[in-house]
Amino acid sequence: MYVRRKEEGDWEQSRGPFSSERMPSLQSLRRKIAAFKNTQKITKAMKMVAAAKLKRSQDRILSARPYAHKMRGVLSNLSRRVNRSSHPLLQKREGKRIEVLVVTSDRGLCGGFNGNIVRKSSEFVRQCESRGLQVNLSIIGRKGRDYFRRRSWPIRQEWTGIFDKLSFEHAIDIGGDLTDNFVKGTFDELYVVYNEFKSAIQQRVIVEKLFPVDAQVEFGAAQMEGTTSGSYLYEPDEAELLNALVPKHFQVQAYRILLESAAAEHGARMAAMDGATRNAGQLIKKVTLYYNKTRQAAITKELMDIVGGAEALK
Amino acid sequence: MAGKILLEVVTPERQLLSQQVDEVIAPGSEGEFGVLPGHCHFLSTLRIGELRYRIDGQTHSMAVLWGFAEVTPTKVTVMAEIAEKAEDIDVERATVKVAEAERRLQAGGLPSEVKEAQISLEKARLRKKIAERTRKTGHA
Repeated sequence: MYVRRKEEGDWEQSRGPFSSERMPSLQSLRRKIAAFKNTQKITKAMKMVAAAKLKRSQDRILSARPYAHKMRGVLSNLSRRVNRSSHPLLQKREGKRIEVLVVTSDRGLCGGFNGNIVRKSSEFVRQCESRGLQVNLSIIGRKGRDYFRRRSWPIRQEWTGIFDKLSFEHAIDIGGDLTDNFVKGTFDELYVVYNEFKSAIQQRVIVEKLFPVDAQVEFGAAQMEGTTSGSYLYEPDEAELLNALVPKHFQVQAYRILLESAAAEHGARMAAMDGATRNAGQLIKKVTLYYNKTRQAAITKELMDIVGGAEALK
Repeated sequence: MAGKILLEVVTPERQLLSQQVDEVIAPGSEGEFGVLPGHCHFLSTLRIGELRYRIDGQTHSMAVLWGFAEVTPTKVTVMAEIAEKAEDIDVERATVKVAEAERRLQAGGLPSEVKEAQISLEKARLRKKIAERTRKTGHA
């Protein structure tokens, strides 16, 4: 659970939440409690909403993953066999221009979700620049765009407001843009930085290379076998098949990445709002206790005054 | 029999099937092709058609609408835009769709509309055919 240690310490030492004032009025304490309660209601509601959305987006990503991974498997298999120059999207260029696609969310209040992405991307970009590469950004999500725009980083392309109604159309749009620009030579390599959905409460920041396609080794035995057994049959012919398959691959990968990020975002928001609700609960408890103590003190003081006054009259 | 071959069918929506089978017959864009264990490496696009696979003498079938198939000696991976198992197809709905598509085709219109109608007719007919056969025999 997330607890602000320092603040809690301060709390104990000082006389209460309003250490600057000597003695807070009871009314101001009541107001404070009411305010905390309102905040807690909001965070609780946001948590519920995030949980509901998480469920849906989780189902989507989990069912989309096998297809995307198979696709990647087939393509990396293929890229080892065919002549790379036979399709513009498979080319490997010795190039200095790198593009980083940063996938953030449109909305905030989701804990470290965007912060992690932004930090990782900046780190990655700096690394590339120190190797003398020229880096451009393209950005998905309002939060990332705002961040990088404020720091006036070079942004080539941006997509915002797509997470509310995520569909394959967006993936086609993004995939299309990326493939076009790769073919045009806007960049020679493309990396994607995004949050992978690990579980409802865990996200992992991933830096993934999308262009050019790499032959992967991770597919193990079946593929090793494949490499030795020579030729491959294509139907229809190789060129036509690549034309159908390769652009599709990038759309599917873009779709998968969008879904990963969406699910991760809802997970992160749910966890963050859960923490916030609990923190608010603690604050309420503390201030309520302090409020009651203060009230008691005031009553006692008044009583003593009365008793003292009565004594004096005797 | 040289053992079995792993058949995996995935669509963007979900993984539909992952099973050891004896034989696969798939609707390649250049014609149907059969795959037995130990098939050579092969990559093909698929058209709208019926995918059949045999497990222990039982033939099952499903409708696949476009996609790709990758064949290795031990594995067949079918990546289809849409795939439906025969037993999951709703016959009534397919029948309605056939009628609808036929009507649209009759009505004519722009070339693109006609083409679309043709495709949806083909899809619907396929679904209906597979589903009805499954109904009748209990299995495909």
